[in-house]
Amino acid sequence: MNRQQQMHLVHTADEAQAEPKMTARNVNVYYGDKQAIRDVSIDVDQENVTAFIGPSGCGKSTFLRTLNRMNDTVESARVEGLITLDGQDIYASGMDVVQLRARVGMVFQKPNPFPKSIYENVAYGPRIHGLASSRADLDVIVEGSLRRAGLWDEVKDRLADSGTALSGGQQQRLCIARAIAVDPEVILMDEPCSALDPIATAKIEELIHALRGRYAIAIVTHNMQQAARVSQKTAFFHLGTLVEYGDTSDMFTNPRETRTKDYITGRYG
Amino acid sequence: MMAQANVTTIARAPTDWSSPAMQGRIRRRYRSERLFKAAGLGAIGISMLFLALLLANMLLNGASGFRQTEVLVPITLDPGVLMLDRARITGPEAEQALAASNLDGMTAEAADAAFGKGGARLVSDGAWLRVRERLLADPAMLGRTASFWLPAATALDQAAKGKAGSHADPDVQAAYDRLKAAGKVRTSVNLGFLTGADSTDPVLVGIWGAFKGSLITMLVTLIISFPIGVLSALYLEEYAPRNRWTDLIEVSINNLAAVPSIIFGLLGLAVFLNFMNMPRSAPLVGGLTLALMTLPVIVIAGRNAIKAVPPSVRDAALGIGASPVQVVFHHVLPLALPGILTGTIVGMARALGETAPLLMIGMRAFIAAAPEGVSSPATVLPVQIFLWSDEVSRGFVEKTSAAIIVLLVFLLGMNGLAIYLRNRFERRW
Repeated sequence: MNRQQQMHLVHTADEAQAEPKMTARNVNVYYGDKQAIRDVSIDVDQENVTAFIGPSGCGKSTFLRTLNRMNDTVESARVEGLITLDGQDIYASGMDVVQLRARVGMVFQKPNPFPKSIYENVAYGPRIHGLASSRADLDVIVEGSLRRAGLWDEVKDRLADSGTALSGGQQQRLCIARAIAVDPEVILMDEPCSALDPIATAKIEELIHALRGRYAIAIVTHNMQQAARVSQKTAFFHLGTLVEYGDTSDMFTNPRETRTKDYITGRYG
Repeated sequence: MMAQANVTTIARAPTDWSSPAMQGRIRRRYRSERLFKAAGLGAIGISMLFLALLLANMLLNGASGFRQTEVLVPITLDPGVLMLDRARITGPEAEQALAASNLDGMTAEAADAAFGKGGARLVSDGAWLRVRERLLADPAMLGRTASFWLPAATALDQAAKGKAGSHADPDVQAAYDRLKAAGKVRTSVNLGFLTGADSTDPVLVGIWGAFKGSLITMLVTLIISFPIGVLSALYLEEYAPRNRWTDLIEVSINNLAAVPSIIFGLLGLAVFLNFMNMPRSAPLVGGLTLALMTLPVIVIAGRNAIKAVPPSVRDAALGIGASPVQVVFHHVLPLALPGILTGTIVGMARALGETAPLLMIGMRAFIAAAPEGVSSPATVLPVQIFLWSDEVSRGFVEKTSAAIIVLLVFLLGMNGLAIYLRNRFERRW
């Protein structure tokens, strides 16, 4: 199938309902000679949180990182297939990667605030993209982002303190505030709770609920209960292939594939 | 299967922690701990001892280099003998007029008159320069008789400092005792040493010329090597693809850092002097040559510091849409700067103490004036030390040590500044 046919397919398939925010069609990812992702087609839509689950090394993080071209930083990585944002091919030659990453924000597995103040952490993105015309504007953006990330009340009196001095859960919420400060359309979360304790995890999950609808969200998790709690759509990856993709409630109650069933019931993982 | 069965069926006796073998092992462990601690302390002690010996030796020898002996000589500044008048020494050509006059002869005669036959030998050959300065500053002295504290000759200076040693001239010693009794000799702080330049007379030499030469040379070195080194390190770490060419560059840089410094001197001679026709003995050429030597050190230290910046910081910045240049200059460079500065200190300290490459480009010339700028002839502290240590006159011994003290103070000042800057950057989390 050539690219044009793929585009055509994308459009006709989704004519019935609102077009998904991001679509991936027949995506293959290679690291050198090794193929990490085989023929994956998935949608990430505005209304639903999409969870990617699967055992370690199944390629779910790799796939997530193709959605904002973070794999570009890995020299040996090569991506085939079509990935679109609002119908636009993000791997097209005219695509500005910097702008793409501003529109498709990312939260990483390990909280990684900049070694700067809390304020600077959130203000950095709007500043480099020129989103605030004045210091007062910037203050509004910083406060709004921290509020939406549920962190404002905890840090409002110490915005000048280092972001790295916060607790792990607070750092992760700071990273989410930093991501939403540039007003992205999509937020990708790569196992955002794997380094956090259960209470901090619960806070992040609440936050995902609150952000749903405002942003299209895709989340990678190795915790099936978490996928069940936070997502409406789930994609199950195994050995680089997409085994099953559908509504979360269906998949957890009535998996179509035996591999999915085995994974969900804890047979392997 | 057999092996597995055996392992599970072997009955292990409970470990006897108080058995003699176990006690012996514990004793040996303690002994090796004690031995290691003693060896470490010993190593530190020996290095401290050498450092203390060096400093004590330099201070003992060099402290007197900052002081000079002066003798009191009355001189009648007769305008007729000097062939000078008030107008000539206040006019624009006063310097030439004074240089042409017989001021040096008059000073020597005045010394003879004051101290008897051979008195002129007690006063430095350059003593008349001080008379000239006084006269230039105060033309009204012409035609009057005034007493001048003039620098003593080396022999008297050494006698006054009790350093004449076995070569002491008994006549000079006697003259010193006589003058001392008459209160016509004193030892004072040698300001001329801190403000003057090289001279053939050890009592008249100054370190300022070499100090300023070192300062300008180091500035040239820093201005050339720091930006080029940091940019090279950043490019190699953050942008360059990993392939055979970058491997080759990396190996070359590592080799350059190990090249003996005199080779860089030959390179500087061939490229900067012979090919580019830059001025000989100039701080510009010295600085460029030392920059070549310092560059690989900064590049290597810079690359290591950049490598040590956690990748998560780069991911975080890229993830919110920072461009590669913004990632480098907003995040990587500030975090790597303390490490880069440490490497720069090491490289600059090495460059400051370097003599060999500078000899090759002519910075060993006798320069009697402090350099005016980057292209005027100059020497640097280590070369000045090398030159003075080669002199036979005893007066140069203490000057050499004094110059070493100045060099060490320069080094401490430079490193102190770099450490201050490093700490400032580190405090930004």
